[in-house]
Amino acid sequence: MAVKAAGRAASRAHPKPPASPPLIQLLTPEGERTEHPDYPLEVSTDEIKALYRDLVLVRRMDFEAIALQRQGELGIWASLLGQEAAQVGSARALGPRDMAFPTYREHGVAWCRGLDPIKLLELFRGVSHGGWDPREHRLGLYTIVIGSQTLHATGYAMGIQRDGALGEDGEAVIVYFGDGATSQGDVNEAFIWASVTNAPVVFFCQNNQWAISEPLERQSRVPLYLRAQGFGFPGMQVDGNDVLGCLAVTKKAMRAAREGQGPTLIEAYTYRMGAHTTTDDPTRYRLSAELESWKLKDPVERVRQYLIRSALADEGFFAGINAEADEVGARIRASCIQMADPAPLSMFDNVFTEPTAQLEAERAQLAAYLDSFADEEDGR
Amino acid sequence: MTALTLSKALNEGLRKAMENDPKVLIMGEDVGRLGGVFRVTDGLQKDFGEDRVFDTPLAESGIVGTAIGLALRGYRPVCEIQFDGFVFPAFNQIVNQLAKMRYRSLGKLILPVVIRIPCGGGIGAVEHHSESPEALFAHTAGLRVVACGDPADAYAMIQQVITCDDPVIFFEPKRRYWDKMEVDLAGGLAAAGPLDRARTLASGTDVTVLCYGPMVRTCAEAAVAAAADGRSLDVIDLRSLAPLDTPAIFDSVRKTGRCVVVHEAPVTGGLGGEIAARVTQECFYYLQAPVLRVGGYSTPYPPSRIEEHYLPDLDRVLDAVDRSFAY
Repeated sequence: MAVKAAGRAASRAHPKPPASPPLIQLLTPEGERTEHPDYPLEVSTDEIKALYRDLVLVRRMDFEAIALQRQGELGIWASLLGQEAAQVGSARALGPRDMAFPTYREHGVAWCRGLDPIKLLELFRGVSHGGWDPREHRLGLYTIVIGSQTLHATGYAMGIQRDGALGEDGEAVIVYFGDGATSQGDVNEAFIWASVTNAPVVFFCQNNQWAISEPLERQSRVPLYLRAQGFGFPGMQVDGNDVLGCLAVTKKAMRAAREGQGPTLIEAYTYRMGAHTTTDDPTRYRLSAELESWKLKDPVERVRQYLIRSALADEGFFAGINAEADEVGARIRASCIQMADPAPLSMFDNVFTEPTAQLEAERAQLAAYLDSFADEEDGR
Repeated sequence: MTALTLSKALNEGLRKAMENDPKVLIMGEDVGRLGGVFRVTDGLQKDFGEDRVFDTPLAESGIVGTAIGLALRGYRPVCEIQFDGFVFPAFNQIVNQLAKMRYRSLGKLILPVVIRIPCGGGIGAVEHHSESPEALFAHTAGLRVVACGDPADAYAMIQQVITCDDPVIFFEPKRRYWDKMEVDLAGGLAAAGPLDRARTLASGTDVTVLCYGPMVRTCAEAAVAAAADGRSLDVIDLRSLAPLDTPAIFDSVRKTGRCVVVHEAPVTGGLGGEIAARVTQECFYYLQAPVLRVGGYSTPYPPSRIEEHYLPDLDRVLDAVDRSFAY
């Protein structure tokens, strides 16, 4: 009886959210092309094939990285398995001058921005904390503390406004974060700032259903995209496993941002098919049936199905992509294994623009200490 | 030379920095039309426009987080945190992002962000308006931490930190905002000396007294009072708290053999402890007495009716000088 009463109380405390419009989707899980009145997408066969190539190569890179972690070559890896379409679709919607701010799982975005995947492996191997130049590929550094980058993106977008770099040929910003991050103060502050400043920033939330072990219900009582309404800008939910849907929705939001219409929240509804990171064990908190149901919505397979059923690609095409994936995998593997550790004394570099006397003294101290073992090593 | 309050001197320094570099922005709560609760940004929005001097939402993490983004875009934001106790919502952005982003980028980025914080007590305020959190920032690698002590130095230092390519936490002694002195607005910055150098306020031979921020005036007055008792204090305004100008400290202690560190912040885990350790290590055979610390107690900041018993004052500085001689 008591249990029942508690159940009733709980249901009173959690009214059902308003009915949602269906997911925006341009390619069904079965690989059928559909149209959406608000998101017309003109995309050539070659472009779809290029997207497919991205999806396959990114998945292979991820697969290789997981294997490298298992073999002790990487300290940890945060897999993007299942989120390839959300990342590739959104990142391929960006212009060359647009700026992207990632979390630590945006390997597909990094790929599309032209960053060598080996730079990502450096981070997860413990050779650097990132170390690429954000200006070179218009890709911010991986940000590990959840949600912090949403404010950096918003500030950067405020800079675009001040530079007068808006307009049809202008610039805009996209920032990536997950469902868990929507509970962070920084993300909510970023929504407020972007809203009141009308900043040209697109908030791209990959709702992969799980924040490590916490399901979406621990973060929100309403679908995440609905939150935008309360902050005063548009929000929409797209099938995050549909690369074409993500491309179309992101293109439109980025265009709106560039043209001075302010921020948009895109919720890409997807699924983290793997573990949070290689240190995680999802079997402790979720049922395998859930994973099986999402496998039917696989983001890569549906594009393959589309290409096959529309007779747009032959076996040679798929074999070619697979061969290229093998090459990417082999190159990543070889580069990772050959990657040298940084010199110990390099830890003192780049703390400030000019080293302080204190840092120089500590560097000399460590150098002398390391040198004191030199004789010992020679003696062996 | 013009007689200016410390608040007005900062205002003039900010104005000059904005004139010199169109990338300099001022952002914070109430910094625009109101000119800041201490009037440090008075009139700047009117003269430089709302794009360059702007009121932000009431969200300190947002202030620092968006300042980082603006810096990544090539701007030089000067953020005002309204009161010391309000910096903590921004602590994550400062410690995890601002301080580490250059390092993370292997030196490919600069983060020229200044965070101005009115600090310290003595104004009869409610809780969270009288804190001295400098040690928390000095403990964080990647941040420069400085404190200005008088109007002339404030005028120069605020301009220096704005031209600095590293992130700087800039402490302003709020109870000294209305102290006045002659400031040379026409003079260059060279006279102020480098940003990371201490300066001697009073030359003496008996005891080294180290101070910064609100304690600069207190310790300068202590030197005068001590002289009447026949004791000669070597008073040094540290100015830069991270990095510390240790050569200046060591030179003085080797000369005097005694050292007293004075700050409003709690002694426990404070900068005085760091300085004491370094002085002991480098000046061990010169010391006539242990390094003594004068500062706040290991309590939260007390209610303002009893803050005078918490805050170091001239008598407590002189008492420490006496104790130093008792060894």
